[in-house]
Amino acid sequence: MSSSSQAPESWISAFCSLVGHEYFAEVSEDFIEDDFNLTGLQSQVPMYKEALEMILDVEPEDASEEEEEEEEDEDEDEDEMQDGDALARGGYRRAADAAAAAAERRHLRMASDLSVIESSAEMLYGLIHQRFITSRPGIQQMAEKYELGHFGHCPRVFCHGAKVLPVGCSDIPGQETVKLFCPSCLDVYSPPNSRFQTVDGAFFGTTFGCLFFMTFPELDVGGQRPPQAQVDPSISASSPLSGSTAVGQSASLDKASRGSLSSSLTSQQPNLPPPPLDSKLPKQPDQINGVASKNLAPGLGPGNIYEPRIYGFRVSEIAKTGPRMKWLRSRPADINDLDECRIWAENQEAILHNATAAAAEAEMADSEMADDNEVPEGQIEDEDMDASSAVRSNGQHTEVAQRRKPNGRRHPQADSGAIVNGDTTRSAVRVGNGG
Amino acid sequence: MDDFASDTDSDYTSYWRDWFISSRGNEYFCEIDEDYLTDRFNLTGLNTEVQYYQYALDLVTDVFDMEVEDDMREQIEKSARHLYGLVHARYVVTTRGLAKMMEKFKQGVFGKCPRVICESQHLLPMGQHDVPNTSNVKLYCAKCEDIYNPKSSRHNSIDGAYFGSSFHNILFQVYPALMPQKTQRRYEPRIYGFRVHASAALMRWQEERREEMKDRLQARGIETGFEDEDEGEEDIESEEDEVDEEQDGIDDMFEGAVPAVQ
Repeated sequence: MSSSSQAPESWISAFCSLVGHEYFAEVSEDFIEDDFNLTGLQSQVPMYKEALEMILDVEPEDASEEEEEEEEDEDEDEDEMQDGDALARGGYRRAADAAAAAAERRHLRMASDLSVIESSAEMLYGLIHQRFITSRPGIQQMAEKYELGHFGHCPRVFCHGAKVLPVGCSDIPGQETVKLFCPSCLDVYSPPNSRFQTVDGAFFGTTFGCLFFMTFPELDVGGQRPPQAQVDPSISASSPLSGSTAVGQSASLDKASRGSLSSSLTSQQPNLPPPPLDSKLPKQPDQINGVASKNLAPGLGPGNIYEPRIYGFRVSEIAKTGPRMKWLRSRPADINDLDECRIWAENQEAILHNATAAAAEAEMADSEMADDNEVPEGQIEDEDMDASSAVRSNGQHTEVAQRRKPNGRRHPQADSGAIVNGDTTRSAVRVGNGG
Repeated sequence: MDDFASDTDSDYTSYWRDWFISSRGNEYFCEIDEDYLTDRFNLTGLNTEVQYYQYALDLVTDVFDMEVEDDMREQIEKSARHLYGLVHARYVVTTRGLAKMMEKFKQGVFGKCPRVICESQHLLPMGQHDVPNTSNVKLYCAKCEDIYNPKSSRHNSIDGAYFGSSFHNILFQVYPALMPQKTQRRYEPRIYGFRVHASAALMRWQEERREEMKDRLQARGIETGFEDEDEGEEDIESEEDEVDEEQDGIDDMFEGAVPAVQ
């Protein structure tokens, strides 16, 4: 305590300027002084009162405060004989001496427990910090740090250096160290520098990462640099070979042709799913599920998935060591596929239609399907195939299929994913037909 | 790269390759056998790729004994490094090269995957291109099958073509036992314990893709390579047990509600 109070800066700013504490925001004293913000922390932090005083740089000489503390700290005092003696002696003295004795006792204990209090103060600060950064002033402060890139960048190549945020994987202290959340690939990474491996993840909490991006929806979370811009400076600035090969390049035609050949094989390959797909896409909404479409995992999806290749040939999925994890980095080309509510509603509508159609079918000839004019154009064909057969055999089978796969709803603008989902419905139906 | 130039004079007499692979920043390289380097067939086409090719080759094979000016020497030194890198890309896909790189991989020389869920899976160096000066070296994680930038800037300046775009995949073809088990666990963004709809919807979509892939593989009788095939779903939720119980309760509520609407 004495060392930090002598310093010109407060304990908080000293703490935040320590090596490895670069991620921390400076919690305002107002926030700490509001008891409401500290609810429940007393039971989590040993030597809570001392720790709080240390954080706030309060000199603990106040007599009334001492008395409060003596009650609270009795348990801790028991295992310290020296302090216990001081306490006993203090009890026999007159009131005038009591304060002085307490101060002395305090001093003795401070010397021995300083490191304990110090670590308690760090823990307490961390837990207050977890709450502070989800408050308005706190999240604002973190936003400034984010803008300045204090938290670093995503190590993933296809995130193109998207800025990351410190988060915890647990809200309980002592479980995991701080991690970095990348909004571009919605994944968490270990900080590159080992000095952050002493920082507790609970000091940032599980909520902060996501809450931050929902608080600032206008932030552009994708990487700042487009892929081309990322490659070029690295060549000119850091590659030691640019000089020599520039000469070599002009000297050799052979190389140029070879280069273009191999680049046509290898370099353009990451941009898979072919571009024609884009032109067929229906209108993309500005917002999807409450997030701006461009901010929903911009580092994922076609073109941002690593494609393993050997001599330019893709490694097949059915190879024993073939790719299995593409799903983790995928994102629908048509963002409408993620609008589950709408898909579900449309599905329900279709089922209703089928039911009515079936009723009509029972009464009329086979040609009733033309009445089905509320179903969107692209859907009709598929839907009719399913519907007529489904209903003819047994309407319940369709329902069962729907229930079993609550996410596997069909999309009217049938694309690859939706067709597969449709297949499940159809196969279920076929079973019904057989029986 | 400047530190190489300052070191060169003093270390000139020692074996160039020893010096090269032991110098700081070149930890990713393995040592190329002398006989591989001296076999001209292995160097096919490189003479047009590398300036001062003959001098550079002499330097790499420790037979360079010409007195040259400092400027020239620096040029040759640079070319020698380039040449070594290009031969390295060819060497690491040979049997002996793969064995050497596998040893380094096992020791974790190339670093560990920064992705938390990959649990420090060892990485392999790779290039996105086989043409020099196109992109820098990246690190491939076989567990999440993604590529990452090296965390140290001294590795960031290495050309990716010195490892090539095929090497890491060939290594796992040759040593399939090294292939780590994939995991279905993943990070789920949450606010006060609740999943966030936008990312949760995306994840549901991704998991559908995963199940489709597993169906495709199972239809062909191929192992999917995922760990804890059955418990996978539970593992996903295991980040915070307390919260998850609540969360599951909510899920059950919704799942119960779906048929009711019908």
